[in-house]
Amino acid sequence: MRADLEIISQWIRPGSRVLDLGCGDGTLLRHLRDHRQVDGVGMELADENIVRCIEAGIPVVQEDLDDGLETWFAPGSFDHVVMTQTLQAIRHPERLLSQMLTIGREGIVTFPNMAYWRNRLQFALGGHMPVTATLPNPWYNTPNIHLCTLSDFESLCAEFNFRILDRTVVDRQHRDNPLLHVLPNLFGEIAIYRIERG
Amino acid sequence: MTLPKRSDESAMPETLPADSVGLVTPQTLSFDEPLSLDCGRALPRYELIIETYGQLNADRSNAVLICHALSGDHHAAGYHRMSDRKPGWWDSAIGPGKAVDTERFFVVCLNNLGGCKGSTGPTSLNPENGRVYGPDFPIITVRDWVKAQERLMRRLGIDQWAAVIGGSLGGMQVMQWAIDFPDNLRHAVVIAAAPKLSAQNIAFNEVARQAILSDPDFHDGRYHEHEVVPRRGLMLARMLGHITYLSDDAMRAKFGRELRAGKINFGFDVEFQVESYLRYQGTSFVDRFDANTYLLMTKALDYFDPAAEFDHDLSRAFEKTRAGFLVVSFSSDWRFSPERSREIVKALMDARRTVTYVDVDAHHGHDAFLVPIPYYMNAFAAYMRRIDTGGAG
Repeated sequence: MRADLEIISQWIRPGSRVLDLGCGDGTLLRHLRDHRQVDGVGMELADENIVRCIEAGIPVVQEDLDDGLETWFAPGSFDHVVMTQTLQAIRHPERLLSQMLTIGREGIVTFPNMAYWRNRLQFALGGHMPVTATLPNPWYNTPNIHLCTLSDFESLCAEFNFRILDRTVVDRQHRDNPLLHVLPNLFGEIAIYRIERG
Repeated sequence: MTLPKRSDESAMPETLPADSVGLVTPQTLSFDEPLSLDCGRALPRYELIIETYGQLNADRSNAVLICHALSGDHHAAGYHRMSDRKPGWWDSAIGPGKAVDTERFFVVCLNNLGGCKGSTGPTSLNPENGRVYGPDFPIITVRDWVKAQERLMRRLGIDQWAAVIGGSLGGMQVMQWAIDFPDNLRHAVVIAAAPKLSAQNIAFNEVARQAILSDPDFHDGRYHEHEVVPRRGLMLARMLGHITYLSDDAMRAKFGRELRAGKINFGFDVEFQVESYLRYQGTSFVDRFDANTYLLMTKALDYFDPAAEFDHDLSRAFEKTRAGFLVVSFSSDWRFSPERSREIVKALMDARRTVTYVDVDAHHGHDAFLVPIPYYMNAFAAYMRRIDTGGAG
């Protein structure tokens, strides 16, 4: 289980209704179904992931997230709308976040923190776009078109009146580290937020 | 067990493919209890011709119903004779190890009422006067078909289908099943369908009908008595249909602007390959299909609108359904586009039903639902494998 998925599942109330945007092969939804009796639906674009969700018995909708959620789901359809490591690949992140908080009561979002110290180091000293295990693609061929930092994300939340209910940062190994609490925007590699409409 | 030698297989035309259900024999079942129809009339008695593949298990929990589309019939898989050039219309999806695996499922397919392949329809004798029904055969709706299929289910000693499956007009029957008999199916597989026809869909159907109705050989539908067939009308209707089954891309890929004689002849004979294809499809259809049945099938399509009984709210129509749904669409299908499948999925979501939606990238147009596209077959097979068949599963 990926580090961020473990934390997310602790935030989800048992028996709730969950939508997972960019659900991949359905790992999170399977975990939530088997351990928290969650009624889950996934949204995913890649053919091979759709087949794996079907094999796992996870209901999934094949759709490009950039095409919007409101054509699919009525307001208030879900208790939680989750989107892990996908925000940075979305064409209009602010619109999608807003839609998430319309069709669901709470949103849970995870993304790679661009201000993580290794990224800063590569940019400041190397003078090139960071390439790390979390962000492995070269700049010219990457799905990650909207990278941001913790403080960027929090400014967006303030501007669009999204209330931040919880924030956790982890490194890739999911190790807790006192530095993460003191300087999350410097030492956090992956950010995890729980938000609602303010 | 010894494996057949490949060389022998290709050398002997009488050998059937290993993943075929093999030789199959249709059977005809008679129903004597009158069936009241949506149009207000009733069929006093009727026959349904069916084919079955695979074995019904001891607890009768592995039965699957296949619903056919406009020009389909009960012959969905396998061969009637060793000399048959082609297998049943959905042989690519039904057979041992295929998406609808006949090693696991007992598969039932019928020719619907109003058909012309053996079930009671316009070419049958009207028991009231002993004459061929012809145009007197009542207009049949999708709901009527499903009602007749439910009686068929009972006759076969089945209480609940593991799944009801269909493409296009067949997919509409699947939705109607889930709405009308929610407890009698566990899964609903709706492929390349729509919750109701658009004005454009109805318009195409109307042109097809006018082609038949205006053929001088139609004789108000009593062409049997005149011992003629409205060939030109039926052929035109089928040609028009085929245009709507293919995508622009598929036609371009298949025919382009290729000329049969290699040059333009400045005349109205067949010059382009696409003309030749359409004429072939049209003429071969005339030999195997009845014009009155074609008219009935297009009307069943036009009238299908399950939401109408629920204040035109499709999600309310689905509220009482209990089946799990698999909805499949194809990117280049403009007859029933992915947008139409999304309406179905959205309504199911609103009704909090369990649904999976697969949008297959395919250039074949509406016809894609009959093509064994690898991703389509993988997703379909994966869904079918998840279906519990009780002791056999």
